[in-house]
Amino acid sequence: MKQLLLIPALLLAAPLQAAEIWVTNEKDDTISVIDIDSLEVIRTIETGERPRGITFSRDYSRVYICASDSDTVQVMDPETGQILHDLPSGEDPEQFVLHPNDRHLYIANEDDAVTTVVDTETRKVIAQINVGIEPEGMAVSPDGSIVITTSETTNMAHWIDTETRTIVANTLVDSRPRHAEFAAQASELWVSSEIGGTLTVFDVATQAEKAKIEFAVKGVHPDRVQPVGFEFTEDEETVFVALGPSNHVAVVNARTFEVEDYILVGRRVWHMAFSPDKSLLFTTNGVSGDVTVIDVARREAIKSIKVGRFPWGAALRP
Amino acid sequence: MIPYLIALRAIVTREAYRFVGQRSRFIAALVRPLLWLVVFAAGFRAALGLSITPPYQTYTTYEVYIVPGLCGMVLLFNGMQSSLSLVYDREMGSMRLLLTSPLPRWWLLFCRLLASTAISILQVYTFLGITAIYGIRFAPLGYVTILPALVIAGLMLGALGLALSSLIKQLENFAGVMNFVIFPMFFLSTALYPLWKMAESSEILHDICAANPFTHAVELIRFALYVQFNGPALIWTVLATAVLLALALWGYDPARGMVRRKA
Repeated sequence: MKQLLLIPALLLAAPLQAAEIWVTNEKDDTISVIDIDSLEVIRTIETGERPRGITFSRDYSRVYICASDSDTVQVMDPETGQILHDLPSGEDPEQFVLHPNDRHLYIANEDDAVTTVVDTETRKVIAQINVGIEPEGMAVSPDGSIVITTSETTNMAHWIDTETRTIVANTLVDSRPRHAEFAAQASELWVSSEIGGTLTVFDVATQAEKAKIEFAVKGVHPDRVQPVGFEFTEDEETVFVALGPSNHVAVVNARTFEVEDYILVGRRVWHMAFSPDKSLLFTTNGVSGDVTVIDVARREAIKSIKVGRFPWGAALRP
Repeated sequence: MIPYLIALRAIVTREAYRFVGQRSRFIAALVRPLLWLVVFAAGFRAALGLSITPPYQTYTTYEVYIVPGLCGMVLLFNGMQSSLSLVYDREMGSMRLLLTSPLPRWWLLFCRLLASTAISILQVYTFLGITAIYGIRFAPLGYVTILPALVIAGLMLGALGLALSSLIKQLENFAGVMNFVIFPMFFLSTALYPLWKMAESSEILHDICAANPFTHAVELIRFALYVQFNGPALIWTVLATAVLLALALWGYDPARGMVRRKA
């Protein structure tokens, strides 16, 4: 009985996560900050024009924002919301990835068909690598040796050696690749193809295609099923995939490559971020202008939170 | 007090026997909402989700939206069915026998109302059980909090049935009740579409729906299913129950109502 009485006490005593999800609003030129405990927007911060990609430095003391129409990457103090300085980024930066060395930012310049490497300390461009047309998706391998750029029109994933800063391999994927992620344990690279409607899995060592995942949402025309952003759970057993204008997030088994579930979210879902313990997933729904919160264990949408117009990127600030 | 309870037990037992005896009625009462759920809702599936209105926190598919409305449908049809059987009882004489009891008439009618509501609720829970098997599930607590809402809504629709049965002189007139009461009540409510959707097509339609007591009964059930409380819906439903019950008592009053005229 005593133990039973303890349960509510323990529930009350459970530590609050006190973390935030930062969401860039493409049309509003702002960032909406969502409190993970209350699931409400607690702050709105002005940014440069058309903010899209967003990522924090390793110690979370700075936040990098791709201000696409301002042709710059902004560096912000997350405490004050002040822009500390801009980084030279090349034209129209859309997505980027911070190298594990916490110093080099690899930026996809959509209009210029290049990947720009910027040193965040010296604030200088240290390399520009020619890639395919309309580069967008960016990923870095866990050991930092390879950076991936996907080009939307060339339909390729470009494998860039971070030592020599040259392309060492190109792999074809389906139409309009938008996002890439490495699966550390399985040593795989996953790439989503928006128009092709697929996810392609590559073996990192051989760069050979390992699997291709297709989606079918009941009652939705296949043309509307457009995979964009995706995230792995902590154990890398499960992948959550945003399926764009199908308004659903797919749950994929990362071992069998089978789609296990579809979760209804807001309109045109593109990117997502997890809470610190990865129990909640926050998806950005561009057209409906909100963020849907998914209970990861139950695979259920629990709430949709209004943010600015056309939310695009999402990042966790613990 | 004891004679009151004896009457209550007798009436409830009789209704229970009738219910057990008419298994086809039970199945029919379940088939109707299930057809709506599986066939109608499938066509309007709205796979891309309905807009968010309270009590929903996020986007819902049409199949999920329609469930509280179909619970209301079970209550509505059962309320009418029970009024139909009252008309039958009156024609066959068993009702008259009951009404000659020395107990006050309001108590006898109220017992009858309680009995039919209890059976309605049983049907709703069976329906919810089947929808859960079908794949539409709600929070476990919702199945508990829905109970008081079902009781109030069931009493209201039962009272409506009682009031109607006092007006209907013959069994054959029941088809008229179907056309002029059940269908308008069901279609002009939030059972099938949210209010904002009605407002999109016509303001008048929206106003009718907003005033329809069945809308409030459905909303009361909908909120309760999501462990939320809807005050205005509760007030509306209770008010409608009181008015309909008063009307039914008036109708069954031998000095004034329709019963006397028929006799």
